[in-house]
Amino acid sequence: MGFRTVADTIREITRAHLTENDGLLLGQSITAVGWVNHTVPDCPGIVELPMSDVAGAGIAVGAALVGRRPIFVVRFQDFLILNGSPLIFYAAKTKELHGKSAPIFVRAIGAEGIGPVHSGVLHSLFMHFPGFRVVSPMTPGEYEEVWKAFMENDDPMIVSEHRASFSNSEEMGDLLVEGADITLYAISSPRFEVAKAAQMLEAEGIRCNVVHLLWLKPFVLTDRITVPLNRSRLGLIIDAGYEIAGASQSIAYTLGRATGHPVNALGLYDRTKCLCPPLQNKAPEAQRIFEAAKGMLGENKRCWSIGYGKEASLG
Amino acid sequence: MANLLAKNRETGPTEEVLGRSPFLGVISDLSQSFHPNTSLSLFRRMCLIRYFELGIVKAARDGLITYPVYLSLGQEAIGAALSTVIPHYMIFAQHRCHGIYLAFGGDPVRLRDELLGLPSGTSGGRAGSNCIQCHEENITMFGHHGLIGENVPLGVGAALGSNRPTACFFGDGAAEEDYVFAAMGFATTHKLPVLFVCEDNNLSILTTVDRRRTWSMTKVAKALGMEALETADDPWTIIHRTQELTRNLPAFLNIHTCRAHWHVGVGQDGLPEWDRFELVREQLGRLGLAEKALKTEDEIQKSVGELWDSERLRTRLGR
Repeated sequence: MGFRTVADTIREITRAHLTENDGLLLGQSITAVGWVNHTVPDCPGIVELPMSDVAGAGIAVGAALVGRRPIFVVRFQDFLILNGSPLIFYAAKTKELHGKSAPIFVRAIGAEGIGPVHSGVLHSLFMHFPGFRVVSPMTPGEYEEVWKAFMENDDPMIVSEHRASFSNSEEMGDLLVEGADITLYAISSPRFEVAKAAQMLEAEGIRCNVVHLLWLKPFVLTDRITVPLNRSRLGLIIDAGYEIAGASQSIAYTLGRATGHPVNALGLYDRTKCLCPPLQNKAPEAQRIFEAAKGMLGENKRCWSIGYGKEASLG
Repeated sequence: MANLLAKNRETGPTEEVLGRSPFLGVISDLSQSFHPNTSLSLFRRMCLIRYFELGIVKAARDGLITYPVYLSLGQEAIGAALSTVIPHYMIFAQHRCHGIYLAFGGDPVRLRDELLGLPSGTSGGRAGSNCIQCHEENITMFGHHGLIGENVPLGVGAALGSNRPTACFFGDGAAEEDYVFAAMGFATTHKLPVLFVCEDNNLSILTTVDRRRTWSMTKVAKALGMEALETADDPWTIIHRTQELTRNLPAFLNIHTCRAHWHVGVGQDGLPEWDRFELVREQLGRLGLAEKALKTEDEIQKSVGELWDSERLRTRLGR
């Protein structure tokens, strides 16, 4: 394992795309301080968009329509609300409606602790609409995997990045243990917390599987996803976005239905993310994951069977 | 109409709006400088649109078309003229796009089938009237999805990505969308080869421009740094002005026209302010082309009539 970080990987992929593939990169204030956390190379093919979010996204989608496979940088995922219209209503629909695709690689960057409209993780919104592929890579290898998938496919791709990953140079393998009591599935920035939570649970005698989720849509129920849950018979999906109607609840529902085991969701509380503690409403950290998992393994172990049509035996 | 003609013939501002009329910005007697074949070709395209659309009206009233339709009736001259002068441009049309599609050479059968929801339609019957696209016969036309003005940034982005000359069509309502301004400004900044065409029928549903805004889109376009002109929908003037504007793109052309039917559907609320089709037919008469024009109109009426033959369509649709 070298020291190539996620940021290095994004920058190298981008440079190759712009200089060798006739690609484009579009975004606002790209060539400014830090070049988007050192993820953008200084090379031809970069288009500075005006501070016009809806138009900017439309221009990027237009470039996709003529085959430039643009990388569209959205510096904060909250801005996807404005940028989303051309993506949702055009890029994601054109292939199904007209048989003409708009392959655009949307780098949507998540963050934490910088206020109510700069700290969001909104990939759940895009899982909702047909036509997108939605991923959340947190390692260099995962980023290479999603880029390869983008170039081999013609669907628009929402890449839910997170600033917490940019300095990461390590791959993150699943953790499977004999006799696990619960399987923790982690998405986005909580992936950097889930191993700590597993250690905390282990200290209390609770054994955990940890499964990292990269692909949010399509969400394919492979053996890697289902076998740990079938063994532990209890699952928890942890996400950096809102829990209500979010990725965590959606995947919990899918997994629960597929396996018949109770699966719970853990994401942001139904409150605005404020700037300062204790009101930041941060993505679940190790302590909160620990408490949620421990709660699921509480004294009334039958309560989790509600909604699944049969009782789960957790003893 | 004769009095109106006499009253307005002397008005000729092309850069400012002094009020809607069929002669606003129109260059008098310009049609005489065109080759008769060009004028007849223009009229042929207008006839194709008019009779195709009248076929839709009949098919809808006969219960054969059951999906929403956005008719180009009354606005035929715009597509007819522009397809004459910029036939090779990439097209990003708006919801009222049948006329543009037909004028630029789109297959009427495929359009009809799209409106009927058939797999042989322009988008396999999946998209419908306001989403017409075409990527064959040297036509590159992208479908709209129903958000007015969305096609403008898309067209600008396509021009950026391909450097191909591009035409973005939109209405006076779409002109008010903030992302339309921003995309036009981007086109100016990057000197992109885009012609922006506002098909200004003065209506958003039934709300007129003067109740929605006090500003002129032509002045906005100029302020953004591009050439911009106003004209009524006289096809010869449109051709002339487009030839001028396309020498230095991006540019904007605001064309005053009249929608004859409802925003969506085949109903009518009285007669339109003017009927350019009739005015063009009269002008062809003054050019000594009445007989040839009549022959053209008869041919088109017959061929398009066959396309919309109710009995054949009922058989095809199994009704």
